Amino acid sequence: MEFLQQLINGLALGSIYALIALGYTMVYGVLRFINFAHSDVLMLGAFSAYYLAPAVARVLPLPSIGGALVVGLLACLICAGLGVLIERLAYRPLRSRPKLTVLITAIGVSLFIEYTGQHRAVFGADTKRFPELMPGTEFHLGSLIVGSNDLVVLVTTLLLLAGLWFIVHRTKVGTAMRAVSHNQQAAALMGVDINRIIAFTFALGSALAAVAGILYALKAPGIDPLMGVQPGLRAFIAAVLGGIGNLPGAALGGLVIGLLETFAGGISGLSNYRDGIAFAILILILLFRPAGLLGKVTVEKV
Amino acid sequence: MNVSQPLLSLRDLSVSYGTIKALHGVSLQVPEKAIVTLIGANGAGKSTTLRAISGLLKVQGGSVVYDGREITNELPHKIVGRHLCHVPEGRMVFSNLTVAENLRMGAYLRRDKGGIAEDVDYVYGIFPRLKERWAQQAGTLSGGEQQMLAISRALMSRPRCLMLDEPSLGIAPILVRAIFDQIVAINREKGITILLVEQNANLALAISHYGYVLETGRVILEDTAAALRQNPQVREAYLGE
Repeated sequence: MEFLQQLINGLALGSIYALIALGYTMVYGVLRFINFAHSDVLMLGAFSAYYLAPAVARVLPLPSIGGALVVGLLACLICAGLGVLIERLAYRPLRSRPKLTVLITAIGVSLFIEYTGQHRAVFGADTKRFPELMPGTEFHLGSLIVGSNDLVVLVTTLLLLAGLWFIVHRTKVGTAMRAVSHNQQAAALMGVDINRIIAFTFALGSALAAVAGILYALKAPGIDPLMGVQPGLRAFIAAVLGGIGNLPGAALGGLVIGLLETFAGGISGLSNYRDGIAFAILILILLFRPAGLLGKVTVEKV
Repeated sequence: MNVSQPLLSLRDLSVSYGTIKALHGVSLQVPEKAIVTLIGANGAGKSTTLRAISGLLKVQGGSVVYDGREITNELPHKIVGRHLCHVPEGRMVFSNLTVAENLRMGAYLRRDKGGIAEDVDYVYGIFPRLKERWAQQAGTLSGGEQQMLAISRALMSRPRCLMLDEPSLGIAPILVRAIFDQIVAINREKGITILLVEQNANLALAISHYGYVLETGRVILEDTAAALRQNPQVREAYLGE
């Protein structure tokens, strides 16, 4: 029972990491750099929901599933727009520069968002209580307790993963994303507007981050401008673990990190070391599979 | 040949890679429905010329006129939209996509489902190997099959002018034959104008109407393909005699 309980907790946490990791890996896929500001888009998603909730509550009942959906969708739209804006203003002008330049810019964007967010006139540095978007209950199955929030996290993640798979593999824009990720010049020679595909990728990844931010805030309802740092770091590692650039890998990596963290935390006497244990296992995996769990070592054919 | 109104013409084109000048004022003409070839040694500027036309490289001087319009330095995806299509050196198929998905990418700018399906049938007709392998990832194809796919993918955009960069490079001789036969067929049956870049001058001049010889970024010679094959200078330097 203890095991099952931890499994559910780990899967719920891992799902959130998976959603965030997808954003890292998608952007890496098309631009070959790590968008460190991605973790802050997650925070902006949570804050969007925080400010939207009272406004939506005037029209729709809140907490309710419908109300939560509306808040979530609006937050997705806001973050999608912000993601596109970040790419347009910070990354696109550096497109032809060395990747290191863009990487450092990404760290700069991340710090800019975090510290601007802490200013009194923006969000403020204090922790805010995230509103209840969903009616929360607990289901008791024998001694097993499943919180409705955990179910919401799992179901939402599954639906989003299915939706993302459909977009990437069954639509024209998704095929173009895969083409751009393989070879930008060849994609341009097919008539693909590279900038639009890159913008779309940022929009998609940022919308997923918004959902992840809200789900994270549902589980841990104190939000502040630095809340994205910890889950963002773990999701980044999840993306590397799964094989950076590989979508199923990011999802798998997220689950693995979530489970490792939860199980390591559940061993009495070790809970303080849970990050250490999780990351030690990560290092071991990467020692034996440097390309990640699902990453392939690509071979150019002549 | 009617050279007074070419489909594609370059006037005094110059291109640099950083401080190194790769093209020093290249001028050439490609009449509608012709096969024109650029021959020359490695590094003569053949690929650079094609990349400048299709917008992959920035042009520093001169102009590219296509179908009566100046298209110098337009973005590559805009130029494809004008039905001027470039099959780059090294084929550049999307190896992470299936053969069928690669073809669909070729038709990226088109909306006519019926016409796209017709063209898929057409390219499967000229390259039956692709039909056999339609569900395979393009990365699993042989070099020759990838070249067939690259040409087919370009045909899916319904080009009026097709630029082919080294279609014979690194390909089994038996497949080179098949590919060059189809290039001629595409030109004759579909009336598609072809600008062909080749290191294998024999092969290129055998199927072309007209040819240009490039050396260190300059056109040093131009003539009908038949005349170039007889030209002593060409025979010695490029035909290996």
